Amino acid sequence: MSFEPVLQVKNVNKAFGGVQALKDVSFDVHEGEILGIIGPNGSGKTTLINCITGFIKMDSGEVTFRGKDISRQAPHKIAAMGVTRTFQIMRPYYTLPAYKNLIIPLFSPRARKAGGWRGGGKLGDRDTVCIDILEEIGFERDSFVPYKLASTLPTGYLKRLELARCLALRPEIILCDEVFSGLSMSEIASMVPLIERLQMDGITLIMIEHRLRELFRVAKKVMVLNFGEKLSEGIPEEVMADEEVKRAYLGSEEIEESA
Amino acid sequence: MDILIYGIINSISLALIAIGFALVYGISRLANFAHGALYVVNGFIVWSILNILHINYLLSIILSLIIIGLIGAAIYQFILIRVRGMAISEIIASYAIGLAMLEGFRWGGFKGMTYTLPVFIRGSIEIAGIPVDFQRILLVLIGGLVVLFLWLFTHYNRIGLALKGMAQDERAAMMLGIDSDKMALIAMGLGSILAGLAAVVILPMGNIVVEAGYDKLIMAIAVCIVGGLGSWVGAVIAAFLIGFAQIITVKYIASHFHMVIALLAIIITLILRPSGLFGRQKELEERV
Amino acid sequence: MQNAGLRMIEDRRKERLNRGIKVTTEGIYAISSWQEMGYLLLPRLALICGILVLPLVIPSLYWQRVISIVCIYSLLALGFDFLAHFVGLVSLGGAFFIGTGGYIAAILNTSFGLPPILTIPIATIAGGAICTLLLYPCLPLRGVYFAIVTLMYPLVMARIIEALNVLGGTDGIIGVASFPNRWIEQYGILVIVIVSLFGLRRLVNEDIGLVFRGVKDNDQAVKASALNIDFYKSIAVFIASSLGCLAGAYLSHIYMWSGISQFALDFSIIPIAATVIGGGGTLVGPILGCFILVPISELLRAFGTLRIVFYSLILVAFIVFRSEGIMVYAERKYHQFERWVKV
Repeated sequence: MSFEPVLQVKNVNKAFGGVQALKDVSFDVHEGEILGIIGPNGSGKTTLINCITGFIKMDSGEVTFRGKDISRQAPHKIAAMGVTRTFQIMRPYYTLPAYKNLIIPLFSPRARKAGGWRGGGKLGDRDTVCIDILEEIGFERDSFVPYKLASTLPTGYLKRLELARCLALRPEIILCDEVFSGLSMSEIASMVPLIERLQMDGITLIMIEHRLRELFRVAKKVMVLNFGEKLSEGIPEEVMADEEVKRAYLGSEEIEESA
Repeated sequence: MDILIYGIINSISLALIAIGFALVYGISRLANFAHGALYVVNGFIVWSILNILHINYLLSIILSLIIIGLIGAAIYQFILIRVRGMAISEIIASYAIGLAMLEGFRWGGFKGMTYTLPVFIRGSIEIAGIPVDFQRILLVLIGGLVVLFLWLFTHYNRIGLALKGMAQDERAAMMLGIDSDKMALIAMGLGSILAGLAAVVILPMGNIVVEAGYDKLIMAIAVCIVGGLGSWVGAVIAAFLIGFAQIITVKYIASHFHMVIALLAIIITLILRPSGLFGRQKELEERV
Repeated sequence: MQNAGLRMIEDRRKERLNRGIKVTTEGIYAISSWQEMGYLLLPRLALICGILVLPLVIPSLYWQRVISIVCIYSLLALGFDFLAHFVGLVSLGGAFFIGTGGYIAAILNTSFGLPPILTIPIATIAGGAICTLLLYPCLPLRGVYFAIVTLMYPLVMARIIEALNVLGGTDGIIGVASFPNRWIEQYGILVIVIVSLFGLRRLVNEDIGLVFRGVKDNDQAVKASALNIDFYKSIAVFIASSLGCLAGAYLSHIYMWSGISQFALDFSIIPIAATVIGGGGTLVGPILGCFILVPISELLRAFGTLRIVFYSLILVAFIVFRSEGIMVYAERKYHQFERWVKV
């Protein structure tokens, strides 16, 4: 692990009409880290991911990846550099079987450079690589599950498919938008080792989550956003003990008293 | 000087044609591709009422506007309402209806020099040494009045404000009790009436030809794209930009360049600033 | 067997199940049984043989010409279906491609003296490139803009040629060479259609075809997968417009003339109507739709522009009532059977 931050976000601002979604948000992420981003609904977490990965143009601010400025790049170029993301509202390619969903990222120049023209390196064609990736991510290999149409898969599998889509790109950073949401306890229990394994493979993770307990199992550093502003940053115990953070999540007693 | 005068006239006529389309799109996000057809059909309706039923001109105009408004509303109520929300199907359906109307009239024999509408007032006056006929002056006056009326209507009248609310945010308006379908119906009716009004004022200056249906549709779309889909102010300003550009090229380069200018305007806008002059950025790309 | 669809009616419901033979033919072992191979190959063979035999069966020269015209429209309809149902772009102006290809071929032939065997390929590629370039500005935008611009291009082109009186003006370019032999003319286009059909069907299941389908399904995800969707959209547009320009170039040589009417509305409307009637998304459906609509259109030619009214109304009816189209229905019947099941 190097000491230079692999991703630097400086003073990002974004307003939609009259609403200031992000205000002067800044943070750094180091290689191999897992950073959790938490905050009440509407605090701008997804907007932050959108701005970092280029899906939305920020009004001002700077995002640097390994020293390169990626602030105004197109989303596919940012992904091609290794900064990938998942989507909060899962949208697989419904008309395709699960493993074919991965053909699309494997078709990208980045995957082709990493794995050879057919994406499989010396080993095989893309279909084989897809099945391999799915196995890594937790789909049972010899079952029919990878061949089922994406529209028929349950949530747990779809979440894994989202991650698989990122993995197909051999990413350096994955920004996960609520991968734990909508999953049952047992499904989350099986996702946690997966996340840990990703970290062991050297991938940096930024996870937006609402399920705090599960998040704190993997993330050693968290950041709190509220109304688009960064409230606090640090290790989970400290952050959750912060008065302001508690007020943001639970509401302010003072306001209720004076009403 | 003549450029100024002809430019104003051309621009206002473009604005008149485009405002109906802009209204419908602004309120209900319906791209009404039958707009050009409604324009021409209204012309034929006025001609028919005038020459077959021999009714007084003013009355014919009023009758035709009512009829065309009803036709527009019917198109919405019976056809477009079923494909509401699917933008491409809306375009195909409204285009096909417009096509059916226009080609139907063409087949019915409505072509040739006999189909003209009389001007309101004969004669012309000289402005700064250039003869301008009264019809054109009336065009400018009526056009200006229409724009003013619409502005006042949407700012001060309850229904108008409701329409404006729909234009800004459909869901919020629905939550406040404004019925989206009824508003779209009113919008289509109004848009058709505006198309008819434009026809009534502009057509007396030439023949009524079926081709105009396609031409005016293209002009309306060009103006709305340049001005920004959904922005009425933008449409008016764009009308002036395109209008003057057309007059200047006609004078200095060659005639018949109207179409080229319209097409160029669209392409340039899409390349440089796709949302148009006053359009909203989020119109263009999907939400993430 | 997999459940593929349900419809609720009172206390019974209709259940659709894949036929046994459909399931057994899904794997590679289908090759080992004549019956299963037949199930897979029969429709395709019937189609190919049927098409190839058609000109021999139909004696009249007039109707053989009609078959060629059907094929011209089929190429356009293939392009439309491909763009609309596999890439998510609706092209409302097939006439633009026909006109571009037609004029390029005519110019190459009359001004440069190139024979059809050269003009057609060149017109296809060059025309495809020009059309793609002209459509490129609207690719990054929402689909509505693509529809609007494709709608306008043929209308505007026709007016421009008429107004500026270039490229032959309203008379068009005459004296374009025809094919050396009637049979070459007839079978050339039939083979082109068959090759295009099967080629496209293959393409949409290839990896790049999956990328196209991904762009239609969920373009944000494709962007997040490090792919430049504008680039892939333009490849798709190039394919479809090349098919259209090919058709247009062929048409110029059939009629030995190229003119404004190649930008006519027929070429824009019939492919759409044919796709809607024949079944969108199947690639075969639009061809079937053309085989139905174009002869009817010829029969109605005596009625003048009434035929346009006719297919516009059919188009509206199909779109509004959201019918699935003939081939979709046929494929469903072929692969599945339905039965009533008590709830």
